[in-house]
Amino acid sequence: MKIFGVCAGISPRWLVAGLIAVSIVTPALNVQAVERLRVITSTPDFAAIATEVGGDRVDVLSLAKGTQNPHFVDARPSFIVELNKADMLIEGGLELEIGWLPPLLLSARNPNLQPNAPGRVVAALNVPILEVPTFRVDRSMGDVHPAGNPHFTLDPDNGKIVAETIADALIRIHPQDAAVFQANLERFKNTLDAKIQQWVAQMEPFRGAKVVSYHKSYNYFIERFGLELASTVEPKPGVPPSPAYVETLTALMKAQGVRVVMLEPYYVRALPDVISRETGAQILVLPTMPGGIPEVQTYADVFQYNINALTNALRAGQ
Amino acid sequence: MRSIARVLVLAVLCLPSVAAFADATSDQFRNELEALKKQMQEMQRTIKEQQKTISNQQNTIDKLEKTAAKPVELPPAQKEELRKELTQELAREERKTVTPSPVPARGRGFGGMEPFARGIQSLNPDISIDGLFAAAASTEDDFERLFTGAHDPVQRGFTLQNLELTLGGAVDPYFRGDVHLVYQIDRRGKSTLEVEEAYLTTLSLPSNLQLKAGQFFTQFGRLNPTHPHTWDFSDQPLVNGRMFGGDGLRNPGMQFSYLLPLPFYMEAMTTVQDSQGETAFSFRNAPGEELFGRPLQERKVRGLDDLLWVPRLRTSFNLSDTQTLLLGASGATGPNASGLHTRTNIYGLDLYWRWKPLDNFNGWPFVSFQTEGMFRDYQAGRALDETSGDLLLPRRTLNDWGMYSQILWGFSPRWVAGMRFDYVEGNGDARNDPNRDRRLRYSPNITFYPSEFSKWRLQYNFDDQPDRGRHDHTITLQYEFLIGTHGAHTF
Repeated sequence: MKIFGVCAGISPRWLVAGLIAVSIVTPALNVQAVERLRVITSTPDFAAIATEVGGDRVDVLSLAKGTQNPHFVDARPSFIVELNKADMLIEGGLELEIGWLPPLLLSARNPNLQPNAPGRVVAALNVPILEVPTFRVDRSMGDVHPAGNPHFTLDPDNGKIVAETIADALIRIHPQDAAVFQANLERFKNTLDAKIQQWVAQMEPFRGAKVVSYHKSYNYFIERFGLELASTVEPKPGVPPSPAYVETLTALMKAQGVRVVMLEPYYVRALPDVISRETGAQILVLPTMPGGIPEVQTYADVFQYNINALTNALRAGQ
Repeated sequence: MRSIARVLVLAVLCLPSVAAFADATSDQFRNELEALKKQMQEMQRTIKEQQKTISNQQNTIDKLEKTAAKPVELPPAQKEELRKELTQELAREERKTVTPSPVPARGRGFGGMEPFARGIQSLNPDISIDGLFAAAASTEDDFERLFTGAHDPVQRGFTLQNLELTLGGAVDPYFRGDVHLVYQIDRRGKSTLEVEEAYLTTLSLPSNLQLKAGQFFTQFGRLNPTHPHTWDFSDQPLVNGRMFGGDGLRNPGMQFSYLLPLPFYMEAMTTVQDSQGETAFSFRNAPGEELFGRPLQERKVRGLDDLLWVPRLRTSFNLSDTQTLLLGASGATGPNASGLHTRTNIYGLDLYWRWKPLDNFNGWPFVSFQTEGMFRDYQAGRALDETSGDLLLPRRTLNDWGMYSQILWGFSPRWVAGMRFDYVEGNGDARNDPNRDRRLRYSPNITFYPSEFSKWRLQYNFDDQPDRGRHDHTITLQYEFLIGTHGAHTF
């Protein structure tokens, strides 16, 4: 046990001196030769939009991957390092990231990202939010969002609003590039507008078609493109269905002629498969974010892919 | 319409009185009366005209309603054009009204605040209560002999392990405040209240520094700084009990931490705390008590060396997109009360690894592995007989070591199977001291999480106590509920 005796005397004075030394060395090491703004986003949808608006003036990184459920992201310590170095953080808001982002931000000790700091961007800021409870909610209703449905980027019009919010924030912290950000924003909006027209026309023949989704992830999409959500596979947000509920659901789907089950890429397929066999409805794995499936990489890809998949399935079902 | 009618009624009511005064006064009144008459006629005409307009409008509405049944279908492109125009118009209108501010507040939308909360906006902290209970059965009568944790089951039958009230929120733009109060009911049925933690944390010190000050769990190892309801087993690992006592290492003090400016996560921290009390078990502990056969003396703080100093280094690496590794090394040094110049040093290493696929279903499946090892160097002073002054126990260096390893497997949504192995041992004549004897423990368990806010856990402990020459079997059913707003936990 001699070996332990050697290191037995950790001197407090030595510790204090060491701590002071490292904190002096820090600013020297922390060279901020920033040419591009470091933008961190909670999820890849905001990253895709920020990349379009920021162009070559920003480096964008999304903490969550497109295949991940944005409610359940592992708060890996490497995220602390990323957040520590960031000039800007874009989060969804509406408690989407409440289960993992707050402790990371506390550990990141970055003044740029404090609430109300210019670098802290809440994407939901100007978005008209669906399903804001007008009554008192509690957890007997499942994992409800007291502030409304946070999956708002699945309406491309909201994507434009988010892009405006991001452009405002970029201009706020980097006014010298205001013209670039403004031009990028206009280009993004115009390109998207042209596509929206095309998407709306593509979806028009299926107006009022009834669909079922696993979680209430696609509600903004459904609303925007004139579909109707008949029910969800989850009886309540975050609550897995019981066999009795599945029976009710399949009966409802048969009665209402539901042809499509919209499934988020991160949900287990086993139960939707059972429902599909029972009702004949087709299961469509539809990405909610860029990167959700390999072939979907940009914000517009999400809609193009989903609309192609949906129109094909609905046409086949007619 | 209603306001016009009201004016008329008023005017009519006024007329008699006006007439009564007319005779008695001059032409002025008559003139005014004339004027009023004219006005009334004018109003009547206006009313008639308005009625006519209304009936015309009603006709138009009726017509429109009829035609609305079969609406004019605009081609989608044209509709989209209209929609776009409207949206742009709206956006233009909104932009006009915006005043530049750090956080622009526009008319519609989320506005950066929970809409529902706007009505009940208050500056109250987040509040949550966690209730943690256990039902236990064991071949050992004396639970204190088996369990080393103060929040472990205390008896055969039922135990309230922990009722934790948590409050937390921003203090001001500079600090965050957190409070954890713990209620317990002991074996005699007496309720106790403990100030488990109450501390502030700085939000934005310069140079990547952070300060935590108040009463808090010491950052030593992985398990010590966490609360029992976050544990993966229904009891505390033996080694934590041996080194830090039943309630863990925590005391009033300060913690300085520094996030190193490296491309990977590495945080260096130093905690300085008071070294006295049951929550500084291996240090000054509680004077008057006895530990390792030696009475604990009253020992005052005379310098920095008499405080408890705990340095810790923690680092993490992403092995892949789905695997994360966290490594830590800790040390703790401070005086102990077995003598006037005796000291204790504790060293610890910890490792945590987790695998979780990127397309996990609400957090499942996953596999995690966690292990901690600790070594204690306790300089024990002499123990003298109080009356005769005879030497009962000589000055000795007591070395104890121990570890636990646990693996958890979230095999199916809401279900987790776990296995933990515990091992503790001491040097010299440790076999007769229940705080130092050799022990091994094997604990398989299975947990069902109905949601993030409740759990049910069944655990079996096989306690192997070679120094006592016996082994024991214990079964525990643990259950938990959590209500309110409880902050997310760290990795």
